[in-house]
Amino acid sequence: MIHDASLLTKDLLLEGDVAIVGTGAGGGTAAEILSHAGLRVILIEEGALRSARDFHMLEREAYPDLYQESAARKTKDKGITILQGRTVGGSTTVNWTSSFRTPPETLEYWRTKFGLSGYSPDALAPWFERMEQRLNIHPWPLPPNENNAALQRGAAKLGIATHVIPRNVKGCWNLGYCGMGCPTNAKQSMLITTIPSALRSGAVLVTRARAERISFAGSRASEVVARALRPDGITPSPYAVTVRAAHIVLAGGAIGTPALLLRSEVPDPYARIGKRTFLHPVAVSTALFGREIRAFSGAPQSIYSDHFLHTQSIDGPIGYKLEVPPIHPVLMSTAYTGFGVEHARVMAQAPHAQAIIALMRDGFHESSPGGSVGLRGDGTPVLDYPITPYVWDGLRRSLDTMAQIQFSAGARSVMPLHENARAYRSFDEARAAIAALPMEILRMRVMSAHVMGGSAMGTDEKASVVDAGGRFHHLENVFVFDGSVFPTSVGANPQLSIYGITARNASRLAEQIGGNRLTH
Amino acid sequence: MTISRRRLLAGGIAAGAALAVAGMIYEWSPDSTSADPFFRFTVLDDEDRAIVAAIAPVLLAGALPSRDAIEQVVRGTDVAIVGLPLSVRAEIRQLFGVLRFPPSRMLAAGIWHPWHSATEAEIGQFLQRWRYSGIVQLRSAYDALHQLLMAAWYGNGESWSAIGYSGPPRVHE
Repeated sequence: MIHDASLLTKDLLLEGDVAIVGTGAGGGTAAEILSHAGLRVILIEEGALRSARDFHMLEREAYPDLYQESAARKTKDKGITILQGRTVGGSTTVNWTSSFRTPPETLEYWRTKFGLSGYSPDALAPWFERMEQRLNIHPWPLPPNENNAALQRGAAKLGIATHVIPRNVKGCWNLGYCGMGCPTNAKQSMLITTIPSALRSGAVLVTRARAERISFAGSRASEVVARALRPDGITPSPYAVTVRAAHIVLAGGAIGTPALLLRSEVPDPYARIGKRTFLHPVAVSTALFGREIRAFSGAPQSIYSDHFLHTQSIDGPIGYKLEVPPIHPVLMSTAYTGFGVEHARVMAQAPHAQAIIALMRDGFHESSPGGSVGLRGDGTPVLDYPITPYVWDGLRRSLDTMAQIQFSAGARSVMPLHENARAYRSFDEARAAIAALPMEILRMRVMSAHVMGGSAMGTDEKASVVDAGGRFHHLENVFVFDGSVFPTSVGANPQLSIYGITARNASRLAEQIGGNRLTH
Repeated sequence: MTISRRRLLAGGIAAGAALAVAGMIYEWSPDSTSADPFFRFTVLDDEDRAIVAAIAPVLLAGALPSRDAIEQVVRGTDVAIVGLPLSVRAEIRQLFGVLRFPPSRMLAAGIWHPWHSATEAEIGQFLQRWRYSGIVQLRSAYDALHQLLMAAWYGNGESWSAIGYSGPPRVHE
């Protein structure tokens, strides 16, 4: 059953075994597992229910309709732009489908530094396998589009290894519009897999309801109180949605979940909620080629390189993963710096534009403590993420790396996305300029599509928010199953990490409470 | 895109003082406070629209084929703002407040005449000054204008032929 809360004419009260806040990678995976275990699941989603026939591959529709803050969410000082989904399926509905297991070196760091002894590659392998099967995750079998091929070719000439990205698609048409919602239902997002499956098992979905707080007494939470939104999806309606449940699962993502905990004023004796939030801060290097690249067409991400994650130790100078972004008109025009005739001249060459992105692996060094989620006066979340010199160093090094790869792939010119940069004609020229660019916010473009942390897992209550099974340390029936439980960034696109770890923890929860469900 | 009044004042910057006053006056003006965002079809009033219409031909120089395109950017900007959360909309109203209030328009933006009579050269200098400003709030205000107007134009299918983009493939019949 589905309730669109924007159509309510009075308050809505629902009761079940498990209330799940959020329908993205964590909420969707948990909903399927818990509802298949026979539990009465109620999902609460802030965004609207949209499906393939609504996905017209138009940025002007997709960004306001499917993303947090119209795909223009910013960190507190506006220094970083964050792409995050806000619709049924969360970011899985709009992501670019890259699916990596949590890297072994990341898991090793979690085991040694945060006491997560159960998180070894072998122990997690069955959970990743299960979700890879569930979501049809396979290395992309078709040739990469030219945008990805340029990364592959340029890196190969420099002796830098690249690999093919595993994608969660089935019968993909290779259109290139994953970021605006898959129009052919090829992407195996939560929207078309786990959520319909949970609904078939009796789960209830409430859309356009923003969870405002959880109520608790003593060591137990009792309900989630959400505010219905009006049909615009932004302004609050007069009606409340209250979901009473024996167990509460938070899966609103690494900004939404800590914010909900903070608004609820739950016990937080060591002030850990919302701390150590990571972003994989991204630098972008753009290039123009003589031939057409058509980066708006074809699977957006199919080639990656982890070379620069492995050149130094994980807790040394920051490492970065290389991928490419799709280049559509709004994304391109807003990301490319400058204005007027100069900007228009670059836009006119859009089919020849190529871009590489470098994702910083943040959170593995004391100089990379990440950001913290706080609340604005109106209760909405804001992420404060100051970029430290340690992170800036990686962003600058990555611009040098990416320019070199682009020139070796045959680029005519390379332009890092930085207000003080221009198009450079040779790598020597680019290298000298990059070395001198001032690394400051709102000069250098910094983006993020991966928000992680803020409700970190760990065995030490003083340093974490939830235990190794995702249970909140201070309320026995509250669980966090989303990317906010990661104690560092992942060092890879996070969706499969969220699927696998949620599958593990939600299955444990189902086992623990399954036998009790008839008593409710 | 915060114009932090407090921080600018603390810095003792003359323009900051004007920004502060402008922001407060704008917030208190009956026009903005009487507006229930839900019942309003658009967020930009005539004066806001005149500002966007003045900036668009400079920010998008070389991209706009006609006067009509300017009007489309103005409308697209309104639509883009409507898609933002209320807290961000409030910040954008502050920004427009700064650009509307003559003392702050002159001191912070360096636009000495009303927007409709400002020259393209003046507006270009204003954009460059904010773009490269040492004050991070001014850089973020420039960034907000850049994002809104670029999205307003390049989200519009009429911009695509000039950039060699044929639009999305036909999938739905």
